[in-house]
Amino acid sequence: MNHKWNFDAVWDNPEALLAGAVGTLRIFVICLVLGLSLGLLVGLGRYARRKWIYIPVSIFVEFFRNTPVLVQILWFYFALPILMPFEISPLMAAALGITLNSAAFSGEIFRGGIQSLESSQWEGAQALGMTHAQALRRIILPQAVKRMLPALTNRAIEIFKMSTLASAVAYVELLQQGKLIASINYNPIEAYTVVALIFFAFLYPLVQATYLLERKLRQGD
Amino acid sequence: MTKPAPPALLRVTNLHKQFGDNAIIKGIDLTVAPGDRIAILGASGSGKSTLLRCLNFMEKPTSGRIEIGGVQIGTERPQRDGSVKTEYSERELTAVRQRVGMVFQQFNLFPHMNALGNVMEGLRTVKGLAFDEANTKARLQLARVGLADKADAYPARLSGGQKQRVAIARALAMEPELLLFDEPTSALDPELVGEVLRVIRALVEEGRTMLLVTHELGFAYHFANRILFIADGVIHEDGTPDEVLKHPRQARTQAFLARHNEFHF
Amino acid sequence: MYQWDFTPVLVNSGMLAAGLGNTLKLTVTALAFGVPLGLGLALLRLARWRILSLPAGIVVEFFRTTPPMVQLFWFFFALPILIQVEMTPFVAAALTFSIQSAAFFAEVFRAGIVSIDSGQSDAARALGMTGAQSMRRIILPQAVKRMIPAFMERSIELMKTTTLVATVAYADLLFQANELAQKTFRPLEVFTVTALIYFAVIYFVSLVVHRIERRLAVSGETTVH
Repeated sequence: MNHKWNFDAVWDNPEALLAGAVGTLRIFVICLVLGLSLGLLVGLGRYARRKWIYIPVSIFVEFFRNTPVLVQILWFYFALPILMPFEISPLMAAALGITLNSAAFSGEIFRGGIQSLESSQWEGAQALGMTHAQALRRIILPQAVKRMLPALTNRAIEIFKMSTLASAVAYVELLQQGKLIASINYNPIEAYTVVALIFFAFLYPLVQATYLLERKLRQGD
Repeated sequence: MTKPAPPALLRVTNLHKQFGDNAIIKGIDLTVAPGDRIAILGASGSGKSTLLRCLNFMEKPTSGRIEIGGVQIGTERPQRDGSVKTEYSERELTAVRQRVGMVFQQFNLFPHMNALGNVMEGLRTVKGLAFDEANTKARLQLARVGLADKADAYPARLSGGQKQRVAIARALAMEPELLLFDEPTSALDPELVGEVLRVIRALVEEGRTMLLVTHELGFAYHFANRILFIADGVIHEDGTPDEVLKHPRQARTQAFLARHNEFHF
Repeated sequence: MYQWDFTPVLVNSGMLAAGLGNTLKLTVTALAFGVPLGLGLALLRLARWRILSLPAGIVVEFFRTTPPMVQLFWFFFALPILIQVEMTPFVAAALTFSIQSAAFFAEVFRAGIVSIDSGQSDAARALGMTGAQSMRRIILPQAVKRMIPAFMERSIELMKTTTLVATVAYADLLFQANELAQKTFRPLEVFTVTALIYFAVIYFVSLVVHRIERRLAVSGETTVH
């Protein structure tokens, strides 16, 4: 390997990376909050007894789980504006794609979490005279949350990684800035290595924390 | 002039085994002659399973000497501080395990093979026998434990007693000089214990050398020619079944037997 | 009201078909290399010597934690310069996804192997098998059966992840879609059809996968010998 590593382009342009980090965090938070909230509705919707709720929600889930996120993002960026009277910014397109995708996946997590509780729990609550809502709030959801937390934190980490897809529509996040820095002195090696290391440094501790959380939760069973 | 005694099949000298800071075996000497049927009794945690597992080197001794047929297993390497450490090579240990067979409490049959496959596995993979030869020998062993008709059955379809008999056939197929049984009936429902003990008794009649860790005191009394009582990692009592079970000398042994008084000799 | 017109798409369906072919080609290649590489990494991670398990662990953790798109860009733009080797887009893409899927498969393999009861390796060793024989004859056959569902899920994920190559000019289905959209000025129809094609393929594969999973859960046996 004769390459002489030269990180000048990186050191000389700290604001570029910073802007990227901000952009990454921004889209992450938006998609996390919206995705999980929507996901909760989706999860409950899959439980609904009324067909006119249950069927569209199921179609939504199947569609957004089985199409690649990037396809969705590009659709929202190129195709949707034709149907809509307003502009769709890169952030909107990327956020829409990632949010809906996450809603579909987290919806399944929520559904699985609630379903996994044996009917004996419901019956126990019922026998005490609790209403459906009380049972849900006091008995079912607390236990379900415990079971869903690892899967949900994994989803959050996935959402964070998906932020890089927004670079495909030139949204300013870390990878996009990486491309920018790479083109300054034509040193893609340093630029992309730095971006990779930033993601790793940020995500690895989170992943480990998730493992620990998982193990701690399992102990409580 | 009397004939010299045949070399002991197994001789254990000053065996110690510890896991980390936890000393389980604290100095055991043992000699096993060909044809011996030794029952090993003791409370849980006394070290009896660990002892057994040291004899086929499933656990490597921390210190001490094990000889099989008069030949020491392992190579002694003098250390810089004057002590001697014994090193065991995998090749040596796999060879030992072909001569010393083991039957486990949990049977440990291979679920992805049928009964015949289980019994053949050692012959094919370890001894390198050809399919036909292994097949014949395996079927023979299955017949001897009374399961010739179950050759094609998978472990999932066998009862506990049948599984253990297949496990015994699997160990026997290797033609070991010594058989180790680690609580072979402890995991069985009571009505299935008998079929396994019958097979073991048949092995006794063949004159096989066996060490049996068991809680079945009645069976031990009738089948063993020697009983060891182990507590706190050492042998507390060593004698004939009459001596150990009917007239134990040590207080520990007496206390142990008093707790297990539901048997009849 | 917008006038939908799918004819430009139908006329150029060959373009999309070629893209789909490339997507499948890339997925299959990545799987073909990723699975054995993943097994190798898993066995290294389970090795007793840290000099083997540590590097393998680092590779696996790194490729599982960093975003796939970052990896892709690195393999496309940084690696060729670093090792002074020119790479076609296919090679760079195949390399990226092989290693990436290997990292995920390594975890699946490892979890599967570790889940096998220790009594199995005890019995194998007691018969006189070496560690390698025990792994090959007893542990792996049982572990692989358990891992098949996770494998198949991972493979479907891989198929979705390959769309990333559209951003580095490898002519997969999404890339072709983008080209076609620009050529025909009909992004709505093109991307809608493309999304539906992806959905059809992936959904169909998922159904097959779930069928197989259910079959496996019912049967308990494999035939050996």
